[in-house]
Amino acid sequence: MKQYDIVIIGGGPAGLAAAVSAKNSGIDSILILERDKELGGILNQCIHNGFGLHTFQEELTGPEYASRFIEQVEDLKIEYKLNTMVMDITEDKLVTAMNREEGLFEIQAKAVILAMGCRERSRGALNIPGYRPAGIYSAGTAQRLVNMEGFMPGREVVILGSGDIGLIMARRMTLEGAKVKVVSELMPYSGGLKRNIVQCLDDYGIPLKLSHTVVDIKGKERLEGVTLAEVDQKGKPISGTEEFYSCDTLLLSVGLIPENEISGGMGVEMNPVTSGPKVNESLETNIEGVFACGNVLHVHDLVDFVSEEAASAGKNAAAYVREGDRLENEKEIVLNPVEGVRYTVPGTICVNRMDEKLTVRFRVGGVFKNCYVSAYFDEERVIHRKRQVVAPGEMEQIQLTKEMLLKYPDLKTITVKIEEA
Amino acid sequence: MEVRNLTCISCPMGCALTATLEGGEVISVTGNTCKRGDIYARKEVTNPTRIVTSTVRVTGGTADMVSVKTKEDIPKGKIFDCVTALKDVTVQAPVKIGDVILSDVAGTGVDIIATKSVEV
Repeated sequence: MKQYDIVIIGGGPAGLAAAVSAKNSGIDSILILERDKELGGILNQCIHNGFGLHTFQEELTGPEYASRFIEQVEDLKIEYKLNTMVMDITEDKLVTAMNREEGLFEIQAKAVILAMGCRERSRGALNIPGYRPAGIYSAGTAQRLVNMEGFMPGREVVILGSGDIGLIMARRMTLEGAKVKVVSELMPYSGGLKRNIVQCLDDYGIPLKLSHTVVDIKGKERLEGVTLAEVDQKGKPISGTEEFYSCDTLLLSVGLIPENEISGGMGVEMNPVTSGPKVNESLETNIEGVFACGNVLHVHDLVDFVSEEAASAGKNAAAYVREGDRLENEKEIVLNPVEGVRYTVPGTICVNRMDEKLTVRFRVGGVFKNCYVSAYFDEERVIHRKRQVVAPGEMEQIQLTKEMLLKYPDLKTITVKIEEA
Repeated sequence: MEVRNLTCISCPMGCALTATLEGGEVISVTGNTCKRGDIYARKEVTNPTRIVTSTVRVTGGTADMVSVKTKEDIPKGKIFDCVTALKDVTVQAPVKIGDVILSDVAGTGVDIIATKSVEV
């Protein structure tokens, strides 16, 4: 059986950055396992630009951003296997995988980095009534068809959900000659980045209907149209507001779910809010030596932050390989998200193990204007930062430093909340 | 005096900008939290431009399509001319990232370059 110091599950942006960072931290025995035929993950189909502003101070397309990391992986001679599906990982980090050349095989890892990314929420999760005709796609599937395989899914399009992929596809389908009639969003605010609303909808005069959803689907063989209706505050359709849109294609951009079947199977504890693993300051799960980063941990908006997070996971996995178990007998500070803050990553901090600086990322549960992002160290408010606006579609963060935390030796809980001005 | 409300797209912050114009000249920009917001607003109200990304077909390669972009931003009004010009373009593999796929697209003086490599 082959043995590696670090096995990384997934060769997308998180896996690549984790691998580069682990290698640069002095670990030579690294293997990336990727199920697709090439490295780069979802970036390969994200041909639009806007990636890398934080990492490279320039605007790159998805494939260009991926290539920067793939080049580093190649230059550093990090091993990877493509077309390889990981079937199972045990608590002892025995990885079972399969591919066409080697069949089913096992690899023993000292440390595992989970970097499997996420998948799209599908129609089945939405309970939309009506027939099940052809012409209903998740936005990411349509993106792959158009950008990688060169097929147009349809000519007249309605998009349900204003997540970033839906917005990006509204523009992409328009540029390829389709008529995008409307983007419908159940919530009273968009789930996507503002710049995508400006550049993908406003630029092309595509209407965004907030607080609207699809209440009926018409068409037996092929989609013929959908009925939109306004919803009330509870998300229930308001009778009398129905409006029919004829279309041959409905794209769903209604959320992403971290892909954690393998993590769950190996006994990694999950956070029900993120659907990702619970992790400490080292991005380590409850199983020692098993780390998580990127969209499998919590869904990000920006790949730059995925890379940053993954680099941290790679570095910490390298430290684990060198120093062994670091989980024992360490006092942990618990991060407590309340009042508008839905979750934090990480969920716990051990001051002795943390770097000089630690980024705590989180999402809010609603739109708050002229508010403060606050962190209380037990009872004392230590961070109080004014924000013009925070919204669920844009991930937030606060910076903690070791110096800050060392001033509070008895600290038990850091409460993160949104405070109205 | 004309007031234009914009959302800054220079970075993910998405600052809400207000540009005030007088006689076609920008006299003030407010709401920005960095210099890029000021530059964006001035440009957006006088000469809006965009990077355009798309795909073209590849023959003889490991992929059917290769992603491309305008090497620099082009006038917003030229976006559809640009994608129309790319409609029937087919390239032969191998393609290297950065290769010029089409020069001077739609009379903009800007080249279309590959954003991905496609091996034979």
